[in-house]
Amino acid sequence: MESFETLSPPVRAAMERSLTSGRAALTRRSLVGACGAALGLGAISACGIPAATSTNSGSTEDRSDKEKVLHFSNWPLYIDVDDKDENLRPSLRAFSKQTGIKVDYTEDISDNDAFFGKIKPQLAAGQDTGRDLMVLTDWMASRLIRLGWVQKLDPANMPHAFTNLDQRFRNPAWDPGRAYSYPWAGIQTVIAYNEKATKGKKITSISQMLSESSLKGRVTMLTEMRDTVGLTLLDMGVDPAKVTEDQYDAAIARIQKSVDSKHIRKFTGNEYGQELASGDIAACVAWGGDLIQLQADSPHIKYVVPDAGYMTSTDNLLVPAKAKHKKNAERLIDHYYRPDVAAELAAYVNYVSPVRGAREELLKLDKEAANNPLILPDAAMAAKAHEFRALTAEEEKRFEQKFSKLIGA
Amino acid sequence: MTAVAQAPAPVKPADPERSPAARRRRRVPYLLLFPGLAWLLIFFVAPMIYQASTSVQTGSLEKGFKVTWHFATYTDALTEYYPHFLRSVLYAGSATALCLLIGYPLAYTIAFRAGRWRNVLLVLVIAPFFTSFLIRTLAWKTILSDGGPVVSGLDTLGLLDLTSSIGLTEGHRVLATPLAVVCGLTYNFLPFMILPLYTSLERIDPRLHEASGDLYAKPLTTFRKVTFPLSMPGVVAGTLLTFIPATGDYINAELLGTTNQKMVGNVIQSQFLRVLDYPTAAALSFILMAVILVMVTLYIRKAGTEELV
Repeated sequence: MESFETLSPPVRAAMERSLTSGRAALTRRSLVGACGAALGLGAISACGIPAATSTNSGSTEDRSDKEKVLHFSNWPLYIDVDDKDENLRPSLRAFSKQTGIKVDYTEDISDNDAFFGKIKPQLAAGQDTGRDLMVLTDWMASRLIRLGWVQKLDPANMPHAFTNLDQRFRNPAWDPGRAYSYPWAGIQTVIAYNEKATKGKKITSISQMLSESSLKGRVTMLTEMRDTVGLTLLDMGVDPAKVTEDQYDAAIARIQKSVDSKHIRKFTGNEYGQELASGDIAACVAWGGDLIQLQADSPHIKYVVPDAGYMTSTDNLLVPAKAKHKKNAERLIDHYYRPDVAAELAAYVNYVSPVRGAREELLKLDKEAANNPLILPDAAMAAKAHEFRALTAEEEKRFEQKFSKLIGA
Repeated sequence: MTAVAQAPAPVKPADPERSPAARRRRRVPYLLLFPGLAWLLIFFVAPMIYQASTSVQTGSLEKGFKVTWHFATYTDALTEYYPHFLRSVLYAGSATALCLLIGYPLAYTIAFRAGRWRNVLLVLVIAPFFTSFLIRTLAWKTILSDGGPVVSGLDTLGLLDLTSSIGLTEGHRVLATPLAVVCGLTYNFLPFMILPLYTSLERIDPRLHEASGDLYAKPLTTFRKVTFPLSMPGVVAGTLLTFIPATGDYINAELLGTTNQKMVGNVIQSQFLRVLDYPTAAALSFILMAVILVMVTLYIRKAGTEELV
């Protein structure tokens, strides 16, 4: 304060006061505050999410020969269980008996997006997820392959799978020749209705479902974008395998109209079953396997394959990057591609079997199931099957954004 | 350390502040605070900074996200999703008001009139928490189902015509309407209202009621001038505990509502998991926090209570 020596004592005192305790005072608190803010800003700009795409093949040392274990994640109610003990899974037990590989089976996938959110941190960081095998729907499988987050499969370890995979599943646009994925089951998306709730009226097309005034407020569609928009596109005469963005927008606009007029009650995941059975939902877009299980309890639930066609997709077995027991996983895939095992699985889960030869085995096992086109589509049904086009990352984001807005969030 | 600690303190009686024992004593509060502070730092400050950063980033999952100070995300998110914010505040506000209307008489009864039933009633208030939140909300789907006794009862009474004329319900159903969402929110957050109300009511000295009566106050006046003002801390705590989580809730809107009842929580969830637009999701979360903070500050100023149970 030497330079202020010339000032009169009161002025000097006032000056010192303003520096130490006035509003401009550099107190400890304000200094700490400023440092905190600077640190915060620094931390904010230092953050960032690195590119998710992995460049290496994601392979890692395979411990299959040393460790006879396999960690397998699947959806709930998606495997055969023993009638008496639901913790016993006959097809898995047979696999363990033949190979000596102990399978740690968890049903921890209930939603593609949520599961992606769960495994993303490890996969993005190039770490093991603790899983050797998982089952995801094809558009999610396509995203994982695009990101390089799954391992290439070795056909040499899967002789049955390589020969028995049904022809129509062999070359999806997102995984030509099935280098990374093998279908666990096929899904058929059709129209379902509760005969009691529609008072005996048949609902045969999306147009009818969206315009029939007696159904107002009792129609639901699925939150799976490709199923809901796909069926609508087919109804408009557009092939979802070649859909352009304008056509997609038109389909969204069409569904939006029914949302705005409150004709569509809501969009659901696979929780529509209970309400369809009770009649709160009169007609909806539904999955084939669910319908067989629902029909067993509620015979008034009917399904229709629209003349315009229906959507198919698959749930696929994938080996995540850095998984430690790839060979064990391949042996399990191979096990489920033996026609007798495939028939056993199809008879229980009621979804489409992707295995050639499963029909003959299923005929021996369960004649009714073998003749149900929702499990083994006949030629007439197969001719109407359509798939949604594989989307690029940018398209996927835009399409999902528009669909999210349609379903309200 | 032990040797120093055992050094006789009276050696330097002139400066007790400097003695090792005193120094150690001064360190104790910091040691005791450490777990709490560490917890706040790891689970609150760090995620907040990470989220703040995410909200000003741009990019995509494939190419990664980088901080570009893109503040337009905030204005875009707000213009796009302001109806969801309004809806969240409206639904949570209605649910909070309903909770207060239902919860106050109940808490009052438990505190003053229940006698030996007090503990049983309190257990009954908490009992729903023994089942999972999700199961309880799903149960409402069955209760409010279209053909169910509740809905047909309301319909015969003509109440549904009334509610649908003001847009609360839709035709002859309750499920998938605003009413169902508000009912779900009210039910799920009711105990958070009742418990603080009960604690603050229970602390009121019953002799104050007698004194008020002795001074010729009617029961209603006693309530207005004595009981209610004294229970204000409970009212404020209860409304905050109900309103804040209810605003961010998305389960009720997801399960009981439909497309037109989605709240901001649903948008954040879908942006984060489905669209994978992390910046928008983070920006929406920050806006939601700001909205709640402002509303709560104004409310506490207005309600003017110093003590929050």
